[in-house]
Amino acid sequence: MTIEVDRPQSITRLVGFSDPDREVWARVLRHPSVAIGASIVLLLVLVAILAPVLGTVDPKAIDPAYRNRSPGSVHVITAPDGQQTTRTFLMGADTLGRDVYSRVIYGSRVSLIVGITVALISTSVGLAIGLLAGYLRWVDVVVMRVMDGLMAIPGILLAIGLVAVWGAGLATVVLAIAVPEIPRVVRLVRSLVLTIREEPYVEAAIAAGTPTPLILIRHVMPNTLGPMIVQGTFVCASAILIEAILSFLGIGIPTDIPTWGNIMAEGRQLFRVYPHTILFPGIFVAITVLAVNMLGDGLRDALDPRTKSP
Amino acid sequence: MPASVLQIRGLTVALPPGSDRAHAVHNVTFTVNAGEIVCLVGESGSGKSITAQTIMGLLPRALRPLGGAVKLDDEEILQASEVRLQQLRGSRMSMIFQEPMTALNPVMTCGKQIDEVLATHTRLSTAERRAQTLGILERVQISDAQRVYDAYPHQLSGGQRQRIMIAMALVLKPALLVADEPTTALDVTTQAQILSLIRELQRERDTGVLFVTHDFGVVSEIADRVAVLRLGELIEIGATREVLGNPRQEYTQTLISSVPSLKPRAAPRDPNAPILLQTDNLTKVYGGQHLFRKQPPLQAAHGVSLTIRRGEVLGIVGESGSGKSTVARCIARLVEPTDGSIRLGSDEIATLSHRRLRPHRRRIQMVFQDPYRSLNPRRNIAEAMIEGPMNFGLNRADAIRRAGELLEFVRIERTALARYPAQFSGGQRQRICIARALAMEPELLIADEAVSALDVSVQAQVLRLLDDIRKRLGLTMLFITHDLRVAAQVCDTVAVMQRGKVVEYGDVARIFADPQDDYTRALIDAAPGRHANFGALRREGYPHGTGEHPPTIVQSSC
Repeated sequence: MTIEVDRPQSITRLVGFSDPDREVWARVLRHPSVAIGASIVLLLVLVAILAPVLGTVDPKAIDPAYRNRSPGSVHVITAPDGQQTTRTFLMGADTLGRDVYSRVIYGSRVSLIVGITVALISTSVGLAIGLLAGYLRWVDVVVMRVMDGLMAIPGILLAIGLVAVWGAGLATVVLAIAVPEIPRVVRLVRSLVLTIREEPYVEAAIAAGTPTPLILIRHVMPNTLGPMIVQGTFVCASAILIEAILSFLGIGIPTDIPTWGNIMAEGRQLFRVYPHTILFPGIFVAITVLAVNMLGDGLRDALDPRTKSP
Repeated sequence: MPASVLQIRGLTVALPPGSDRAHAVHNVTFTVNAGEIVCLVGESGSGKSITAQTIMGLLPRALRPLGGAVKLDDEEILQASEVRLQQLRGSRMSMIFQEPMTALNPVMTCGKQIDEVLATHTRLSTAERRAQTLGILERVQISDAQRVYDAYPHQLSGGQRQRIMIAMALVLKPALLVADEPTTALDVTTQAQILSLIRELQRERDTGVLFVTHDFGVVSEIADRVAVLRLGELIEIGATREVLGNPRQEYTQTLISSVPSLKPRAAPRDPNAPILLQTDNLTKVYGGQHLFRKQPPLQAAHGVSLTIRRGEVLGIVGESGSGKSTVARCIARLVEPTDGSIRLGSDEIATLSHRRLRPHRRRIQMVFQDPYRSLNPRRNIAEAMIEGPMNFGLNRADAIRRAGELLEFVRIERTALARYPAQFSGGQRQRICIARALAMEPELLIADEAVSALDVSVQAQVLRLLDDIRKRLGLTMLFITHDLRVAAQVCDTVAVMQRGKVVEYGDVARIFADPQDDYTRALIDAAPGRHANFGALRREGYPHGTGEHPPTIVQSSC
């Protein structure tokens, strides 16, 4: 078959658009709640990274001389050589005389690490399983029953079990939070794949002899990414909350590591007298979760053409 | 001079900033008189639906009327309050929509939905309302009014649902009925019934009807006057006979002459050409026994035996649910046939495993109905076009060079390769899909309703392109369509399908001239505008694009 072109004049009429992804991201970044949420999250990430230079002291340092100081109290320390330095407890000190400000700032590291790694693990594992389950009929039956089973296990119970087996630690906590999230992601991906696999462009790829793994990677997966990013932010927010809850219950990160949950757990007993040890980490948890959720909500609105504001 | 029920003067509706034009409709003026049907015709994006929505006060919030006047019985309604509009809607003016399934409330019985209209606008008692509802149901020719009163929309057929919509719209005898493509989603035989029902009720009640449509066949069936919209401007208005028979505007002429003729074209073909594809007793059953559930089996295709010779176009014609697409998809092996054989050349492909089938994949290519979904929105045109050839071992540079040639062949600029599907119109995308299919150098091209989603003028271009390809490349085609006009112009042989079975199969000229089966006859009789001779305006033969129109060998059957 040879093609000879005899009509050089073309009827193409082109509209001025660029790459659709760039177009979408420009719209996403203009969305107000994406902008606000993302900047708060970015600020928190910076705080976590720059923790040592933000006027903090060793968050684990115990000093019985400064037990239960109120926020904002200033103390003059006289060194043995007579030199005097002043020290401000911005958020007070806890029952062991540790600086709450430093602990909260360092604590943001754990929260963000847990939030982001849980989101990455559960979405990527969930994406892989969901793609297979949605596209291959015979995988679907088996995988979805396993996922139903997983969803029946309470997350906190799983965490207690894992901590009992492997001991408390960051990896255990991340795993304990990520595993119960996976079935939710799988269900989302599977439902997306079930509609995408019926799209004519997928059928065209089948008719063009494209092998199934390539169809999944080229045609199906890229079209699930929008909802996946949104789901990822919600997973991240809930992981931060669950980590705080687990630490608060004493089954999360070991107590010597400052995390928001740990700080609140330790402040619990003297909560009525010195509320600041619970108040400040609590405010940080709330702001972080709120910011991540705002980011997710905004992304959902901006990525979903149906909710585009008129 | 009959009284006008609707007067539109200088209506202008602004589009949101950043749209492709400033006004959805611009300076539109026309009237609808009592007892008259005015058809508003135009292609997609011409502003015809916006006009209808403006009249009903149902404009999306982003659109604002900028100026002009809309008067219903001398009452200005552009400035009317929402409360007043609610009083008017349903009682003085009402609307029927394209898709009755989405226009009706799925969790409310049909009777209750009509009853609601009466309860809102009248002070009738419950018993009176029920009597009136049953009365109007009978009036729209619903045979079993008592049962339908208590039925939910999903329990009824598409035609019955549209009758419910009409009953709801007309129960209070409004002065104006706005019908927005009310038969577009319906099968052709149902469409004919609904059109005559609207006509009948409208005459009986002296209702003024504004009928929005894109289909000139429908226009010729129903309209007293026609208004043609183009890009938001009303370019021509006049009596139906005048506009259809002697359009003044060139655009109207183009539109009308783009309507394919029902008279089959006579194309020379070689009756002794080698057989390319032969299906024997092809059967597809959906449902049946599953691991966890049982479904009643549905015979989507049953005992279909077809033959396509090289260089020939076989059309499969049928209404929705007739199994025509199932047959096409079985032949393309996108679904697994339950039974029967498919011989492609000398190879039996119905029972091949997917691995063994792969070398044969390139021999059959498909063009799908919806051009907006047949291209992956995240991959540019080059990636879409080189995928298949590269699967079969062509290197990237050659594949791209060839993709460029093919794009020019379908008259799309080569630079389109770097662009994404969203940047093209529906017609352009369909050309790209055709080029993508051709890139595989197929022996058989399956076009599954490939022109159904396109505007009539674009449809004409794509049909001309397909004909051109067929002539120059000697391609064999399987053409699936619900549109008899398209089938008449494209196909050499036609198989008419109904409920999974081929009820009539033969030469296109024979089938249109002398249909043997009752169903075929009903289909041809129902084709809208079958008496109108749209082809009379044609300056050149269509869709051949060259020289004279072939001599007509048969009159259409009615």
